[in-house]
Amino acid sequence: MGPYYFVLFVPLLPLLSFCILGLFGRKYIKTMSGTLGVISICISALLSLYTAYQYFFIDGKVNGIYQHIIALKHTWLQFSPGVSIDMGILLDPISVMMIVIVSFISLMVHIFSLGYMKGEERFATYYAFLSLFTFSMLGLVLSSNIFQIYIFWELVGISSFLLIGFYFDKPSAVSASNKAFIVTRFADFGFLIGILILAFYSGTLDFGTLIQRLTSAGSSPFFEIHSATFLGVSMLTWGLGLVFIGGAGKSAMFPLHIWLPDAMEGPTPVSALIHAATMVVAGVFLVARLFPLFSIDLTVLQIVTWVGAFSALFAAVVACTQTDIKRILAFSTMSQIGFMMFSLGVSKYGGESGLGYTGSMFHLFTHAFFKSLLFLGAGAIIHFAHSNDIRELGGLRKLMPVTHMSFLIACLAIAGVPPFSGFFSKEDILMAAYQSNKLIYAIAVLTSALTAFYMFRLYYSVFWKRDIHPHDKTHEEGTVSMKLPLIILATCTAFAGFVPVSSWVTSDGVPLPSHIDAGFSVFPVLMALTGIGLATYLYKTQNSRPQLIKSAFGSLYRTAYRKFYIDELYLFVTRKIIFNGIGRPAAWFDKNIIDGFMNGLATTTAKISGLIKGLQSGKVQNYALYFFGGIIGLAVLFIYLMK
Amino acid sequence: MNEISITQILFVSTALFFIGMYGLFTRRNMITMLMSIEIILNSVNINFVAFNKYLYPGKLDGVFFAIFIITIAAAEAAMAIAIIINLYRSHHSIDVEDADEMKY
Repeated sequence: MGPYYFVLFVPLLPLLSFCILGLFGRKYIKTMSGTLGVISICISALLSLYTAYQYFFIDGKVNGIYQHIIALKHTWLQFSPGVSIDMGILLDPISVMMIVIVSFISLMVHIFSLGYMKGEERFATYYAFLSLFTFSMLGLVLSSNIFQIYIFWELVGISSFLLIGFYFDKPSAVSASNKAFIVTRFADFGFLIGILILAFYSGTLDFGTLIQRLTSAGSSPFFEIHSATFLGVSMLTWGLGLVFIGGAGKSAMFPLHIWLPDAMEGPTPVSALIHAATMVVAGVFLVARLFPLFSIDLTVLQIVTWVGAFSALFAAVVACTQTDIKRILAFSTMSQIGFMMFSLGVSKYGGESGLGYTGSMFHLFTHAFFKSLLFLGAGAIIHFAHSNDIRELGGLRKLMPVTHMSFLIACLAIAGVPPFSGFFSKEDILMAAYQSNKLIYAIAVLTSALTAFYMFRLYYSVFWKRDIHPHDKTHEEGTVSMKLPLIILATCTAFAGFVPVSSWVTSDGVPLPSHIDAGFSVFPVLMALTGIGLATYLYKTQNSRPQLIKSAFGSLYRTAYRKFYIDELYLFVTRKIIFNGIGRPAAWFDKNIIDGFMNGLATTTAKISGLIKGLQSGKVQNYALYFFGGIIGLAVLFIYLMK
Repeated sequence: MNEISITQILFVSTALFFIGMYGLFTRRNMITMLMSIEIILNSVNINFVAFNKYLYPGKLDGVFFAIFIITIAAAEAAMAIAIIINLYRSHHSIDVEDADEMKY
């Protein structure tokens, strides 16, 4: 095994760039700040590619099994022997794959933003935040300690807060950033308690030791965590369930998804970063990181499966009715993350039955490419047309040929049409679902048909639908820095499916042969093509059919359009129940009881002092009188009373 | 003529003491208050001398104490008058009621 110290620079370079840009960017190197950010992340991406090469091809494998390599470890806070918060770098197939994805997508977003954010007042600040975001996510995936991952987890939260609220003069952006922060923070509370439970029973915070102690049957931590119960559920289930709540919050799983559609308020490239590489996949990564533990607890796996499957279907239905490009893409992200989640849920540990795990990671890999491509394409469209409502857009295919082609490739990929990347990863997931649970499989196929439908609804509405006259072409499609990432990502999207991820990333480190079962694929692909065909029929040309369907569905359509009133439900719960039922009584208690006690104490003291301050009159004869009275008192006391 | 008993002397001394005390509490003029204090001291002197004569006729301790007190009273009078003069300079009055800044 070679030394992997250089991996340290993968997260450190974005951090350095954040520090420089954050401290000096606005004043001194304003024009250079974009270049500086791009250079640092570029070196970081090259280093991660080199790490991946070194790990997967040279020395990561020992006896046919990919090893967990601790590249660096520094004990940061020691609580007691064995329990410490370390700052370390853990290299294993998923973390190596993730640093490549994160740094690569981030590089694309950085380059794209050069054109997109040009002329922005807070250009340097924007790049500083992007670097911070990238640093947090890279640190998160490389964490070797469960508390370290929590620290970076919160850093991801705060940097997404900063970026979503980047246009802080818009009230909607401010409330969206608050919403994202509060919802994910609320979920992180569950994560923290989960960490504490797991750490309490295993007596360590280190990932490797924790997993090893809690999974080896017969050891005392294993026995204790299984036998201890709370409300009739074992502590292992509690701990993992709470950790999963944290993951569900970051990954926007139902019912904690409400922040994701609103996160669109940030600049569009940021959405690409949030949805493709950083932030939302963190939850999937967390479950994958602790997968050996999850795989021994079937209850939690069931929860993961059903939450994932429900979120996938729910989001797909909502996405069919939305009219904002970025909202459609946001719900498609939620749907795809749902795929990854239930794929983990139906998986088992090790061997062929670990296909779901591999499929999930594979989908994470391909999804990163096509989703960032879709978002950057959406950014280009919004930049060009100054609108993100698909009812106002149309006919852009001739005006924006590069965007059009790349968007089409991404749509085909997400719809699961062979030979684009999404097809391969989705097939793995569907296969895993089919082998484990037929109902989940049915939901998954339905969802992927819906996915194909709403993606092509978006595609046709934006690029076809109406004809544009040549004189409409007022300005160019975009700068080179905006087109270049689109082209690179389109290439990756088209060919990423051929990357043999299954031979690298498996649940137990033993490579799986990649296989495509042609017979199995026919049905899902047919479903996807049906979805595409339906979208073509309805949206390719301007016609009244969508309107007819809309009115035919009536209230169902309205419900889906309003996102099943989940936001309203949250508002109702917070405003009416929590504010009235808990907030106001608590405020009353605080104002009247707590403050009242303190105020009462102060008032009583003031009153008593007002009563007795007359004694301190400043008149010397009064003092003499007290003195004399005192002497008389003492005389009486000693002479008569204490004889 | 009968011998003067200690009771009578103590009566005089106590009367002097309370006269002084009364003066101290009721007069506002600081000179008068100083005079009242001198009366109190003298009542104590009488006590010392009387007890010396009646209880320990062969000794002089009580008389010495009386002389000490007279000396101290003289010193005290000097101090007090200095204070009164200073007070007069700052307040243009020697009324104790006017010098009541040191209060709550």
